[in-house]
Amino acid sequence: MNRIARRNIVNNVMLTVTGICTVVTVSVLFLILGYLVVNGWRSVDWNFFTKLPLSPGEAGGGVANAIVGSGVVVLIAMVIGIPVGFLGAIYLAEFGGKTVPMLIRYTADLLNGVPSIVIGIFAWTVIVVPMHHFSAWAGGFALSLMMIPIGLRATEQFLRGVPNSLREASLALGASKTRTIISVIVPAARQGILTGMILGVARIAGETAPLLFTSLNNQYWAKSLNEPTAALPVLIYNYAISPYEDLHRQAWAAGLVLLVLVLIANIASRWVLSRGTTAQRG
Amino acid sequence: MGTAVVTAPPQSRARNLGKLFRDGDQITHFVTFLFAASVFLVTVFLVYELWIHSGPSRAKFGFGFLTSRTWDPVADQFGALPFIYGTVLTSFLALLISVPLGVGAAIFLAELAPPRFSNICTFLVELLAAVPSVILGLLAIFTLVPIMRQSIEPFLKHTLGYLPLFQGPAYGVGYLTAGIILAIMTFPFIISISREALLVVPREQREAALALGATKWESTWQVVVPYARLGIIGSVFLALARALGETMAVTMVIGNNTGIHTSLLSPGYTIAAIIANDFSEASGDMYLSSLVELGLVLFALTMVLNAAAQLLIIATTGKGSKQP
Amino acid sequence: MKTSLIWNTTLWIAVFTAAGTMAASAETINAAGATFPAPIYQKWFEEFHKAHPDIQINYQAIGSGGGIRQLTEATVDFGASDMPMTNDELSKVSKYKVLHFPTVLGGIVPTYNVPGAASLKFSDATLSGIYLGSIKKWNDAALKKDNPGVNLPNEDITVVHRSDGSGTSFVFTDYLAKVSPEWKSKVGVNTSVNWPVGLGGKGNEGVAGLVKQTPFSIGYVELIYAVQNKMEYGLLKNAAGNFVKADFNTVSDAAAGAAKDMPADFRVSITNAPGKNAYPLSSFTWLLIPDKFTDQTKKKSIVDFLQWMLTTGQADAQALSYAPLPKSIVAQEQKQIALIK
Repeated sequence: MNRIARRNIVNNVMLTVTGICTVVTVSVLFLILGYLVVNGWRSVDWNFFTKLPLSPGEAGGGVANAIVGSGVVVLIAMVIGIPVGFLGAIYLAEFGGKTVPMLIRYTADLLNGVPSIVIGIFAWTVIVVPMHHFSAWAGGFALSLMMIPIGLRATEQFLRGVPNSLREASLALGASKTRTIISVIVPAARQGILTGMILGVARIAGETAPLLFTSLNNQYWAKSLNEPTAALPVLIYNYAISPYEDLHRQAWAAGLVLLVLVLIANIASRWVLSRGTTAQRG
Repeated sequence: MGTAVVTAPPQSRARNLGKLFRDGDQITHFVTFLFAASVFLVTVFLVYELWIHSGPSRAKFGFGFLTSRTWDPVADQFGALPFIYGTVLTSFLALLISVPLGVGAAIFLAELAPPRFSNICTFLVELLAAVPSVILGLLAIFTLVPIMRQSIEPFLKHTLGYLPLFQGPAYGVGYLTAGIILAIMTFPFIISISREALLVVPREQREAALALGATKWESTWQVVVPYARLGIIGSVFLALARALGETMAVTMVIGNNTGIHTSLLSPGYTIAAIIANDFSEASGDMYLSSLVELGLVLFALTMVLNAAAQLLIIATTGKGSKQP
Repeated sequence: MKTSLIWNTTLWIAVFTAAGTMAASAETINAAGATFPAPIYQKWFEEFHKAHPDIQINYQAIGSGGGIRQLTEATVDFGASDMPMTNDELSKVSKYKVLHFPTVLGGIVPTYNVPGAASLKFSDATLSGIYLGSIKKWNDAALKKDNPGVNLPNEDITVVHRSDGSGTSFVFTDYLAKVSPEWKSKVGVNTSVNWPVGLGGKGNEGVAGLVKQTPFSIGYVELIYAVQNKMEYGLLKNAAGNFVKADFNTVSDAAAGAAKDMPADFRVSITNAPGKNAYPLSSFTWLLIPDKFTDQTKKKSIVDFLQWMLTTGQADAQALSYAPLPKSIVAQEQKQIALIK
């Protein structure tokens, strides 16, 4: 009797413990959001979005150039990363044999595992030094390297998920492989592909380390893509470690804006994916 | 005898078009191959660049680089040990916190929670993985560090201060704080993947245990979890690989001290943190080369771990790696 | 795929258009370097931009070590440093010669976060002891000796230093090496050293931030950072034996002797300067300018700035707690401007 009672108690205790673990882990996200909202909400005003940073100690500056700068480097990363990921995945899913795709997949995973700071080093040696410029190009390039593996793997996964029957039907009707890919396979997998791309963008939008010695930073608007440019994550980092209260306020606000954008992108990608699977069933 | 004028009869014009389409396939094949190969080439190039730019320090220090404790820019003497130590220690602390928490939550979500609730919670946890590192660092500086300095670290010193692990001033920044932040960054991986591994365990296993009179906990802990252990271990490896390479949040709370310290409360350094802090300013070729070599070491570490993780996860869940 | 291709192209066009419209006729000059003079440089570049709207100087305060490195790699147009470049570093710059232009004088202060203790005095032995790690508590005998009658708390000293390559660190370690043989042999003088103890902060701002947030900590920052953040800073004992607090007068006094013997390349250290009221942790800070430019518009902009800085700009110094250059040095620098081709 005692033994069974003891086992039951252990059962109840341990199951409650796991429940507590869940509560703790899930609530961290809400804590983070909560802190950012409480500390950053007041500073998100019109000035914040439209003005340039002022010298430390002078109040009223904004982060306009960082918002646009972030957009620019992410766009560059997308322009490089989306074609490579997309077309490369088509090769892996539709054309490749055995060894070559395996090799490419392995290196893509390797690239995915490279710490972001090491990617920054690489972009510095390969673009900044020969160009003799910190630039948005270098920052965008570094970010694209982080985006490619995600886009590549996701696209390949969803291309493979398209049933072979569709492929064969298309080929049987006399379409070439290219035509099949363009008109049949990709549209069938498009939700998944889009998801992968959105996730990739969300991931790189918040990255700081690759930008530290590639796009560096800029007080003003960058006049061309060959110049250093401000970016939200780098700005948050610099402001957070400074001693100025005003900059701290702006760091919170910038953090809130960045986090909201990243979360929206993630949620959107899930939504797109869920719609895709129902559409395919229909 | 003039040259015959070759005009394609209608029939072979269609054949020509057909040939174009087949050539079109070859073009597509070639173009997509180029893009795919570029991924391979870029990665190889990356390793090559790291190797080349770390040349001077590799030549000067050899393998001793990995065991030397000195980091002296004045004397141009550099050693990786304090940073390897800091990286490994903070990652280990992170796992110490996140593995029990993560596996516990995974068990709850896989075994006990109703499916919709479980899916929602998993989704929320995976969103946590999307939070940028710099934002966690921002939070850490202004909320976690004061709490550590004012409440947690004095408490630890008070209760466990006789251990060399908890001695020294309560700075608020240091190995322990970095470990906690890394734990927050790693438990989404552990929860997500462990949950998948647990869900894959066949129902018969659980039912057999319950039929034999086991409590729900006993069935879970003694039957289901061991069955899924490869996947869970794989998730831990993946989390570890992520923790090793984390830069921003750690840089903001580790204290930036280049020594090796036993106390968890003391400030230290990780490989990623010192590269982030010093790279754009390393004046001196040996200095820069040493930093690149540190990057190479980190790269090698994460490469090995990622490979091990992939193998384990594929072995259990049958799927590829999941990027939450 | 067609939709994403169109989408991509549109984005690409949008980027170009945006970049194009943003590209006014303004010219941007990129500079990087010391955080020590960053507050006044930011002010100068802002004011110069207002006076010359077609010239925009983007200064990134990444530390003196960073300024020197980026100048050597030619990723910036000019650099800034509180440590004059060594002969070794100068030899690495192959395309041109680097000219040092002193801009202002500043003082580095020991700022600390000890509630209730105002204007603490630190003798040279005490300061080096704290940074060597031999003096561990605020109520150590040495501190008590420097500050008779002051109630010092029984708390551990949290030492804060720079984690990045810093000219401020160079000046600080230069001073410590002059006053402490143990520091000279054990640690040495450089922008980045093997600090025996302490936390590292990034830039002058990082150190100020850490000290401000960490009770019972001490750090070294340029005077303006302590003033702007309303932080307490201490007095140091100078070579004449007096405890002085850093300000416009004491820092200028430190430069008085140097003005007479300024070498032609302007590379000089004025730490622990002689003089009754000289502040011992004073330093010049330099702009590192190439002597040859391929882009003549850039050269003209930079030369214009230097002229402006040496005349109009100097008036801004005092308000930001820096000391302006002595007149003889200004004259000497104006002659050096002629060397820029």
